[in-house]
Amino acid sequence: MACLFKSESHSLLKNVALAFAVAVIFQVGLQTEVLVGQVSFNDAVRPILSNHCFACHGPDEEKREADLRLDVEGDVDLDELLKRIGSDDEGTVMPPPSHNKPLTADKRTVLRAWIVGGAVYERHWAFEPPSKFAVPNETHPVDYFVDRKLSANGLKRSPQAEPAILIRRLYLDLIGLPPTIEQANAFINDPSPENFGLIVDELLQSPRYGERWARKWLDLARYADTNGYEKDRDRNIWPYRDWVIRAINDDMPFDQFSVEQLAGDMLPGATEDQLVATGFHRNTMLNEEGGIDPLEFRYHAMTDRVATTGSTWLGLTTGCAQCHTHKFDPITHDDYFGMMAYLNNADEPELYLASDLAKKNQTQAKTLLAELKRHWPKSTEQKKEPEFETAFNAWLEKQKANVVDWQTIVPDSMMTNMPHLTQEDDGIIFAVGDTTKSDVYELRFPAMKNPVSAIRLEVLPDKRLPQGGPGLTYYEGKHGDFYLTEIEATSSDGKAIPWSTASSTYAGNAFGGKGVGAEMSIDGDIQSGWSIAGRSGFRQVAVFNFKERLPAGEAFTLTMKLGRHFASSLGKFRLSVVDSDKTLSATLLSADDENADAEQTFLMQSKEVEKQADSIRKLLHPLQGRSTLVMRERSPEFSRKTFVHHRGEYTQPKHEAPPRLPDAIFDAEDQRLPSNRLEFARWLVSRKNPLTARVVANRQWAAFFGTGIVPTLDDFGMQGDSPSHPELLDWLAVELMDQKWSIKRLHRLIVTSKSYQQSSNYDHPNIEAERLLQRFPRKRLEAEIIRDSGLAASGLLVEKMYGPPVRPPQPEGAAANYSQSKWKTSEGPDRFRRSVYTYQKRTAPFAMFTTFDASSGESCLARRDVSNTPLQALTLMNDPMFVEISEALGKRMETVEGSEEAKIVAGFRWLMTRKPTDSELESLGAFYQKHSSFTALARVLLCLDEAITKN
Amino acid sequence: MNGQHGIARRHFLKDCGIGIGKIAAAGLLAGGMPAIARGGLVDNPLAPKKPHFAPTAKAVIHLFMAGAPSQLELFDEKPTLARLEGKPLPKSIIGDQRYAFIQPDAAVLGPRFKFSKYGKSGLSLGSPIAPLGAVADDICLIKSVTTDQFNHAPGQLFLNTGFSQPGRPSLGSWALYGLGAETEELPAFVVMNTGAGVSGGTSLWSSGFLPTLYTGVRFRNGSTPILNVGTPDKFNADVQQDTFDLISKLNEQRLGVVGDPEIATRMSSFEMAAKLQTSAPELMDFSDESKETIDLYGCDPGKPSFARACLLARRMVERGVRFINIYHSGWDAHSDVEGSTKEKCGQTAQGSAALVQDLKRSGLLDSTLVIWGGEFGRTPMVETNPALGRKAGRDHHPQAFSMWMAGGGIKGGMTYGATDEFGFHIVDKKVHVHDLQATILHTMGFDHERLTYHHAGRDFRLTDVHGHVVRDLLL
Repeated sequence: MACLFKSESHSLLKNVALAFAVAVIFQVGLQTEVLVGQVSFNDAVRPILSNHCFACHGPDEEKREADLRLDVEGDVDLDELLKRIGSDDEGTVMPPPSHNKPLTADKRTVLRAWIVGGAVYERHWAFEPPSKFAVPNETHPVDYFVDRKLSANGLKRSPQAEPAILIRRLYLDLIGLPPTIEQANAFINDPSPENFGLIVDELLQSPRYGERWARKWLDLARYADTNGYEKDRDRNIWPYRDWVIRAINDDMPFDQFSVEQLAGDMLPGATEDQLVATGFHRNTMLNEEGGIDPLEFRYHAMTDRVATTGSTWLGLTTGCAQCHTHKFDPITHDDYFGMMAYLNNADEPELYLASDLAKKNQTQAKTLLAELKRHWPKSTEQKKEPEFETAFNAWLEKQKANVVDWQTIVPDSMMTNMPHLTQEDDGIIFAVGDTTKSDVYELRFPAMKNPVSAIRLEVLPDKRLPQGGPGLTYYEGKHGDFYLTEIEATSSDGKAIPWSTASSTYAGNAFGGKGVGAEMSIDGDIQSGWSIAGRSGFRQVAVFNFKERLPAGEAFTLTMKLGRHFASSLGKFRLSVVDSDKTLSATLLSADDENADAEQTFLMQSKEVEKQADSIRKLLHPLQGRSTLVMRERSPEFSRKTFVHHRGEYTQPKHEAPPRLPDAIFDAEDQRLPSNRLEFARWLVSRKNPLTARVVANRQWAAFFGTGIVPTLDDFGMQGDSPSHPELLDWLAVELMDQKWSIKRLHRLIVTSKSYQQSSNYDHPNIEAERLLQRFPRKRLEAEIIRDSGLAASGLLVEKMYGPPVRPPQPEGAAANYSQSKWKTSEGPDRFRRSVYTYQKRTAPFAMFTTFDASSGESCLARRDVSNTPLQALTLMNDPMFVEISEALGKRMETVEGSEEAKIVAGFRWLMTRKPTDSELESLGAFYQKHSSFTALARVLLCLDEAITKN
Repeated sequence: MNGQHGIARRHFLKDCGIGIGKIAAAGLLAGGMPAIARGGLVDNPLAPKKPHFAPTAKAVIHLFMAGAPSQLELFDEKPTLARLEGKPLPKSIIGDQRYAFIQPDAAVLGPRFKFSKYGKSGLSLGSPIAPLGAVADDICLIKSVTTDQFNHAPGQLFLNTGFSQPGRPSLGSWALYGLGAETEELPAFVVMNTGAGVSGGTSLWSSGFLPTLYTGVRFRNGSTPILNVGTPDKFNADVQQDTFDLISKLNEQRLGVVGDPEIATRMSSFEMAAKLQTSAPELMDFSDESKETIDLYGCDPGKPSFARACLLARRMVERGVRFINIYHSGWDAHSDVEGSTKEKCGQTAQGSAALVQDLKRSGLLDSTLVIWGGEFGRTPMVETNPALGRKAGRDHHPQAFSMWMAGGGIKGGMTYGATDEFGFHIVDKKVHVHDLQATILHTMGFDHERLTYHHAGRDFRLTDVHGHVVRDLLL
């Protein structure tokens, strides 16, 4: 993959920032003489060079032609440059015709003027640290900058919006819901700035504020409730979503908000909340399709993490540099993988949230265990059952024969193809790190004092493992399972030591269903093996008997082959040996078990009481309660190495990539290079980084005004748009940092400006005027706000916060995807929760949200589309959810006391806030007169353009 | 091409020196927004646009055999495999290819079916897909397609979007972005699915980073083909009509006050919604099709099936739909490739052939490109796995597989490219998925290198930085 060239889409007009120059372009065409000394490198020249020249004369060394570099000041033959861009000859003209990017006459003139003026370079504006421009006292800083720009262009801000329009705008922006009539009247009756300020403060304290703003952050975090790709199974990560809502409601400073999400696990004494926060980068997709290479998709997740970090904090499109050095921005191929290295040293476990559930369940389990015997089936006339005592005694006798004195053995070397094996106390071996579909553990044991007739493999549960282990399976199969396809013993001279028989205390297969058990691990067939599907979280035992006992004094090696069409290695186990005359079978019984223990062990594995035993096992499972996905930094002993990948391809790793940051934004002379993820996160939100505060302030601005000061919200690089109000952006960025990164304060600052409060009515439409904020830009509401507004207006909205995702009604068949999952619509209050709690399935998103341009959770989304389509009309009119809302709204209108008119006015105001005009009222009244249905009337109101627009 | 319609629109208005509100209002008096959109006054992102050069295909029907059919059973006859059955392939052939399920040293499985020749061109087809023989001289069989992906979801995404992960625009979305729509009464990019669910999910017809209105619209098998296109029972036709009228009236009044042209667009989208409410049922009403046509497809008009979807596709093309995907899943023959191939061909072969015949006799084939194929091929080696209950199947094979195309400026009666005697590697005229995409765009009138969209700091295109038009395939 490689970057392509930018099309001729940029308006030159925008980039020659001077009004004067604009006039020149449009009236007489560009003239070099007039422009000399007037063209700014950053505003006018760099965009042209970037578009037309950098691909071959830019940062990318590999693609650089004629050793000429135009992106930074250097040794350039200006006369030659002038000649080449002006040449008529196909062989010498630059850019060459084959490049498909010829310069227009105007662009050539701008370049000429710049060259004649001495070819003065400037650093790209966004890579210079922001600084605060002085604002006169008693002037609202936002208005100061906006007005200055407007008057420089001979324009004036629009008058203040009508109070009803303004208060609705404020409510929708701050809490994502329209005001009630009472709330609206509280402002309409006193539209003073003081009162407005009070209402702003109130809204900033509303729990609804966090729900509204969390949704915007979740777009960046590419949050969803499923894994994506073919299977798209459910995942549990909603505690992260709840963390975001809480953090935003608490106005957690944005620097802390960032550090906790990127590296909460590395903070000293990390709290549970700080761990939950690291879910940010666990929102990558997981491919569970049978037969994939799991590490390939892990790599794709890593490239997503780099891209998301780039867009969210740096406002840089790092994606280009995945394949080669960026053609336009100073990010090298090595920089890209250097940034990846910061993020690439974590494991990705599930975190079970602390609760007293485990304790409670243990107690309950004990009671149930004690009663288990009572469930033993009694014989009836129809069916004869074995007597408990008879069955137990027969079982016990067999088991006792297998209770022998196992001696734990400890290997003196452990080798694997990939996972990292560590030794823990009591001879326990624990595996960490990445796994593949065919892992091999090779364990060498020293010479034994006694002969060995059999080997015992205990597979052990552990809370650190997926679903409590003992296996490492984390996708496709049953989590926590393993698949031991073969276990081989060889003597020190490399000869195979043959097995005779093998057995296991439990075997279960998640796929295929037949032929599973420890005996399959000695059958020489790599496709069959032992797994324990359905019993994660519990200890099991396998015993392997040698054909002939291994004499004393013999060293030997055990080779364990693990995996199937998905990675399924063993996470925690222990080996022991015995010298016995008998052929042994696997048992869970041990020598010091009392009779009562033995009885319980017997019952827990008896078919006769399996149902009861299963519910006890659930209660006894080491992992209880709610879980979420988190990051856990690896210890330095087995850190993961990051490599530069040729052309960005997974299969082509080249040299190692140590952590590093691009030179353009990191000055190595006055700061220390961050060494790990935590330091990287801290650097991102430090004043040393010129980008983050600007990117964040710009994104907040765009949320209110529809367009950013820099319209390309995720591209502050050379190819991004220039800021319309650079001083304002810098002022806001520095103010954000000065105010301890308080987003609420920034929001307050924005909404208390007259620029925000002005009318949105069109006067003389004009693209420049719109960008300069000569009026407030009207925008269609986001998908979730459209739904939530309807719910609020109709009185259906349920304000319950947090918890597992819910499924509001949607049309039949909307949720169909590969797994043919049925949409089980939530019952009761869960149908009407805030939209941020709606279940988000990546391959079959909630239909109404998709229709209104919501995020699918597939990649980081800084800016949603705002489309306007017939399918939206059909949704508002006919979607079962909106029909339900219409009915509720109609009913609510009916209950309003007073005349028919009063009912209609109320319904109208619940959605639109303002009172309907006489003529609107007349039309609505006539409709009601004809059809006598408030439901039908409510449906009309919900479909109005104004109802789904922030006016 | 660029993505800044809004800007262009406002530029135009500004340069005309007329207030937007006035234009919009005037337009409404003159008969509604679409008229204005067509006039180019207010930019409609779906307004018909001219491609780079004259297209040979005005419409595309992509019959996507999801799960990956076995080229060795249907198109690529390999007697050597019959001879080698039960023995492993030479190591040098397999190289370091990774497989989803099998070991590289798995034994060879011979072809399960007999092949016969069809048409003047002597097209060789395996017996399950014999019905295709009827159009042998209209289709171009490519035996040398290759892909980079060996898993379903990534493979299907790659074929549709040129990239193996979700998030990029699909072929149909690119087509709409470049060409706009010809019809306002039906969606211009329609997606049908007649088998089980599709691995890649909605990402396969997503507009990716293109504006969302270029997304494919699902036509469902139930009673209402488009979500919400039916009026809920509780509202009668009279209410529905009055509802449309009142919404329009109130929106128009608001437009007069606010002056935002977006309100006019909203009004036009409601008008189109009303049209969809009548055109969708009309499209689904097969009563104007002759018995002979129904028999040709072999479908029951009252029951959803692949063949019925093919017939629907023809009806859509007649009505100006630009891009149609029909997914039929279930080709993933990890076990019993013989039974599975027979079953799938039984569901699809006649319908596919009928579609080509029907388009041809109605004069539409010349301007309609039909594409048939899966996301990759299947291995010459057998997949057998008792633990998974599999036997006599074939695993995923990205190196070489077969697809066919017909109409829309593609040469008929031609077989293109060749694989080695094992059907493992391509030995002649390799056609990479990006080449195929470049060729499809070419038939629609696009230089695939110039159909670009600026996003995330660079210009993206369907074929990334790859792809060559396979000119040998063009008429």
